[in-house]
Amino acid sequence: MNPLFASPLLLLLATPSLADSNLPPARYANVAIADPAKEADARKLMETLRCLVCQGQSIADSDAEMAGDMRALVRERIAAGETPGAVRTWLIQRYGDYVTYDPPLSSKTAPLWLAPLVLLGLGGLIAARTFRRKRRR
Amino acid sequence: MLAFIALVAVLASGLLRPADQTVRSAMIGQPLPKFALTAIVPGKAGLSSADFGKGQPRLLNIFASWCAPCIAEAPVLLQLKAAGVQIDGVAIRDTAPALVEFLARNGDPFERIGSDPDSRVQFTLGSSGVPESFVIDGQGKIVHQHIGDIKAADVSTIIAAVKGAR
Repeated sequence: MNPLFASPLLLLLATPSLADSNLPPARYANVAIADPAKEADARKLMETLRCLVCQGQSIADSDAEMAGDMRALVRERIAAGETPGAVRTWLIQRYGDYVTYDPPLSSKTAPLWLAPLVLLGLGGLIAARTFRRKRRR
Repeated sequence: MLAFIALVAVLASGLLRPADQTVRSAMIGQPLPKFALTAIVPGKAGLSSADFGKGQPRLLNIFASWCAPCIAEAPVLLQLKAAGVQIDGVAIRDTAPALVEFLARNGDPFERIGSDPDSRVQFTLGSSGVPESFVIDGQGKIVHQHIGDIKAADVSTIIAAVKGAR
């Protein structure tokens, strides 16, 4: 075969080297809590927690081993009676606000919430001035 | 127009200088959280938080036999040990045979090794990968975090952090 065609085909055959351990996933990584209400709480929290090794995904969406271990941690704690808020606080204490996709309001995140209001006010001001000018004409 | 140029400048600077993606632990300056890990390597003790804070600083290394950068880090850890740094290991999601082979092949700088099969202690420390190292001072406080493998060029920084952590 022409090497020009062969090399991309060989690339398809190559297996990526995944940094994964030999241990199976933790019990609660992919198994729901028996109590459906607690499982719903856990799922809701997992969707707001950032996978630390993939960073663009929540731990609910990620196949990474570490995300599995983190799901197990969330489920075990909630199954043991902890509130989702307490688990969230525990993780923020360790990783900072970065670990959550729902960051609390602080001086650092305030622009996120305030900027839309400021822009809306600015737009209103411009609109009001434009209308006033039209009426005068 | 001015606003547009400003926007382009902001976007361009973001493209040219991507944000730092490392997740740092928020536990620096905090006392080492309580944990107790069982032994995994025959003849070597497990690791618990009570082994720290006995007046001497220690280096807590988070590693695994399945982690490629850990192989690169092994000779540097041996070099640190030779320089007098006391090193303990937390083995993430590991098995005894794989770990014994890893230590036989790459050297064993560890005084104790605790097994962390579900990454629980890793989360407790705010660590987000292997390898990672924490300097724990003589009072049992976390004073320094090194993310990724310790390279030869980092040795002086680590030794300084350990020396300053009495």
